[in-house]
Formats: sequence, structure tokens, C-alpha cells
Amino acid sequence: MSDSRVADRAPGRPKPARDPLKGSTDVPVGQGAVISLRSQARWRWWEFALAVAAAASWFLLPAHTPLLTEIAILALFAISLDLVLGYAGIVSLGHTAFFGVGAYGAALFATHVMPDPLVGLVVAIAVSSVAGALSSVLIMRGSDLTRLMVTLGLALVLFELANKLDHITGGADGLQGAQMAPLLGSFEFDLQGRVAYAYCLVVLAVGVYFARRVVKSPFGVSLQALRDNRLRAASIGLAVNARLAAVYTVAAGLAGAAGALSAQKTGFAFASLDVLAFHQSADVMLMLVIGGTGYLYGGIFGAIIFKLLQDLISAWTPQYWTFWIGLFLIVLMLVGRERLIRPWTWWRGGSTR
Amino acid sequence: MSAVVLETKGLVKRFGGVTATDNVSLRVEQGARHALIGPNGAGKTTLINLLTGVLEPTAGSIALLGEDITTLAQHKRVRRGLVRTFQINQLFNELTPLQSLALTVTNQRGASTGWWRPLGRDAVVAETCDRLLRQFRLDDVMDRKTVVLPYGKRRLLEIAIAIACRPRVLLLDEPVAGVPEGERQEIFETIDALPADVSVLLIEHDMDLVFNFARTVSVLVNGAVFAEGDVQSISTDPRVKAVYLGEGHD
Repeated sequence: MSDSRVADRAPGRPKPARDPLKGSTDVPVGQGAVISLRSQARWRWWEFALAVAAAASWFLLPAHTPLLTEIAILALFAISLDLVLGYAGIVSLGHTAFFGVGAYGAALFATHVMPDPLVGLVVAIAVSSVAGALSSVLIMRGSDLTRLMVTLGLALVLFELANKLDHITGGADGLQGAQMAPLLGSFEFDLQGRVAYAYCLVVLAVGVYFARRVVKSPFGVSLQALRDNRLRAASIGLAVNARLAAVYTVAAGLAGAAGALSAQKTGFAFASLDVLAFHQSADVMLMLVIGGTGYLYGGIFGAIIFKLLQDLISAWTPQYWTFWIGLFLIVLMLVGRERLIRPWTWWRGGSTR
Repeated sequence: MSAVVLETKGLVKRFGGVTATDNVSLRVEQGARHALIGPNGAGKTTLINLLTGVLEPTAGSIALLGEDITTLAQHKRVRRGLVRTFQINQLFNELTPLQSLALTVTNQRGASTGWWRPLGRDAVVAETCDRLLRQFRLDDVMDRKTVVLPYGKRRLLEIAIAIACRPRVLLLDEPVAGVPEGERQEIFETIDALPADVSVLLIEHDMDLVFNFARTVSVLVNGAVFAEGDVQSISTDPRVKAVYLGEGHD
């Protein structure tokens, strides 16, 4: 570079102002962005199909009601984890803490206060949301590993508390509580669990609708932004920690709703240490990973696949079913979900070696 | 003389034994086109990080529009109009350019805590996005994930997002780094097109661009302000030439 380049330049002159945000004559207003933004939250056909299939299952598969109820509850639980993991990018190995708080909350409320299931559900959501809000300070700092360990630690602490405080929780025996009142005052929980399944499906549908509104909203998109790049999220003026706290609270509330359903589904308020056990946290993450994160329905598909595999394999080899689920997980991770669900691509040359 | 919009007093940042910013007192006037130049490692990006709150200064103070912001959180500085771009693209990989801009514009309008209505249903937001997309020639890729976009498009998006924040003071950290020669001028035309009362502080290595664009230049060497003045005096200052272009040039 020659120094004449430095010396020869005249100072720049200010040019006529043109504010890109106020519009100008040479950039006409089009409709492309308007149309695209409008289409982003549009309901797709397969979402309706899923809703119809869920409703149809109630009529067509009465023999499988207990399994389906379990799937509906776990799907709601997995969706709540997706808000945290898939959207906000917070890894958690202790998400069952909130499922457990919801389950014990609903069971204790039914036993000691009133047996109405819907009031119990609302109380459980409120209690687990508070638990989520309080513990959200734990997940704001550190790396993914920090968060994995902190969330795991919290679930372990709650597990041991529930174990030790047996005068409240029933300890290792679990909490065998009162009979639930009829749903809406008129639908008695039946032995086949038909009412319970309908109840769980409706709560799941409401939960999905609510979560869908949230993730398509500016708040929901901002979660994905801070998942992708916290530095830039702060640099466009987003309060990162406040948003993490908010989504953690909402997700805890949804997990608590799933926990409440699990406590109420038999028609008797019931919670055991199992709802706070580590394998619950691991299973829900497994389901979500199987179904896929960050598009909301992964939790549903994951819960269906996970429970069906568990049901089918354990009917065939009751003791060793985790071997097969483990093997499936390895194949899924190494092959990739996209490829696994498209068998016709398996024998096509994929890489460009 | 115009009002001072951004001012630092005795700003110091030490990393252990290294002083990256050494007693910098800088004044950016309203409507400034102010360039910050200096050799690699002079502490230019560190200074931007201090101004925007990514780093906390060891000593000294920063004032924006007359108010002290030395300890103010990053996002609150943005809300007061202090906006930056990054030397290395900092984008939202899984979002599309349209979503990134819609989120930024929505936030700028104070509506990003909305959690019920879908993003971009506000007609003003959608139309603003449309205009920005066209202006930065991103309209053809607006619905593709940012991560799959070519580098040039991502660089444009980097700047478009900052513009969407409606800055009063815009800090540009090497906005055309990695951009081919032919496209550099276009990016600068966009920056030039900002309203006259927006103040721009620019870090850039391309001297042609700096001397075309800027009216004021500060030269940073070893973390300290080495020289300051209008373009004419800096471009002819023999000391600056010696430092910037290396000894031996005459």
C-alpha cells in the first residue's frame, strides 16, 4: 500500500438522509414479508390429522386406554421439556422435578383440601410454576454441563426430600389418597380409565394449543434467538435472563400439569417417589430426542414411539427391553432422524466422497 | 459544535497484566461519521465491547446522551439507542432473515414480550421488515434459515439487524470484513443513507472506505488514543502514517 492512498482522500460529504425505517421513494413497499409472516403460524393439515387421530383413539382403541393415557401424559411432559430444551436451548436432566411437584401437589391437594380434579390441576400448575420460577436462577449461569448437573441435582434433592418427609408424602410407600371427585361434577372416573383418558387428551390438547401460541409469538421466537446466540440477543435489546426465567416457569407449569394428570388418572389421588426418579428425567429427554426438538410435536411423536417400543419389546423380552431401546437410540443418533424416517434414501449414495 | 452523544472518560480495561484499553477519553458527536482506526491488537474491538456492555471497564466512565451507562446492562443500552454490529457475524442460525428482523423490529417497538399473537401480525412490523429486506437485498432469501445463507448475505443481515434496532449511535465493527471489493461500496451506501442525526462510530481497515466515509478519525495504538482529528489532518499526519503503515514510509 502506498502512502499516497492515505493522503489523497478528501473528507466524505454527508449525503441526503434516507431513513430505511420510514420508507422512501426508491424502495417500494411489497407484500412478500407480510404474506410470509402471516403464513408462519398457519395450522397445517397434519396438525388437524393428529387431533382427529387422538380423538379417534378414544373411540377405536378402548382396550388400550391405560397405555394411551400414559402416552398422553408423557407427551405433555415432553412438550414442556421441548420449550426449555428445544426452544430456549437449556439442557435439563432434572425436568421431572416439576412433574413430581405437580404430582405430589395434586395428590396432597386432593387428600387434604378438596378432591375436585380440575381445581387440583390448577393448583398443581401454580405450585410447579412457582417451583420453576424459583429454580430458574440456577440455570442462567454456566455451560451446558453446569446446567445438566444443576438440574439433575435439584431433582435428586426433591427425590430425597419426598423420601424423607414420609409423614407428608408417604415416603417410599407413596401417597395413597382420597377418591377423586367426578370430573366437572358429573363424569365419574371409571375403572377402565375412559374418562381419565378423555380428560388427559383434553388437557394435552389445551397444553399443545397454549404452547403453540407461545412458540409462534414474539416471545417464543425470541427464545430461539437467544438459544442460537445470546450475545446477539442481548445486542438487539432482549433481556436474556428474564426470558429464560419466564420460559422455565411456563415449562415447569406444563410439566406440573402432566404430573397432576398422572396423580389423578386412576380416580384415586396417588403419587409415589417414582415421579421424581432420575429415570423419569432421562426418559422424557429420550422421548423428546426420538421425536425431535424445537418443533413442538416431537414430544408427542417421541412419547408414542417410546411407549409403543417399550410395550412391544417388554411383551417379548420383559427384562431386557432397555437393551433394545438403547440400541435404537444409538442407531437413531448415528443415522439421523431425517434419514431413518425416509427408508427410500438408505441405499442412495449420500455423501460426496 | 454539535452535542456529544457518546462520551468516555479515562476508560481502562485490564486483562490480568495486559492493558487492552488505556485511559481512553472519546467523544462522539451527534450525527458524527467517526472512524476508529489502529493496527491489529490496538484494542478497537475491546473498546466497542466496553461501550456496549459486553465487558465491564476496570476504571473510567461511559455516558450516552448525557447519562452515565457505565454499569448498565447490555440490552438496556440498546433500548437507549446504542447499537452495534460484530466483526464476526453474530446471527440467529436457525431463524430466517425475516424472523430475525421481525423479532428485532417487534422488540424495537416494545412488543417482544407478547406471547399470544403470532410474530409479525402487526402490519407496521411486516412492512418495515419488507422494506429492510429489499434494502439489504435479502428478500430473495428471507425464508431460508440463516445458517445456510452465503457469507455475503449473512454479512448484510448482520448490518440489517442493527439498522432495524433504530440506532441513535451505531457502532460498526469492521462491517465489510470478508466482503468482496465490489459489494463493499453498497454496504457503505446503506450506512451513508442513515438519517443525519444518527451518529456512527466505525472500525475499519480499508483506508479508502474510512477516508471516504468519515469526517472525524481517532487512531488507537496499544489501547490508547494516539491521535485524533478530522480526516484531512489525520490522513496527512506523518506519525499516523508511521504507526499505521509501518516505519519506512515517507
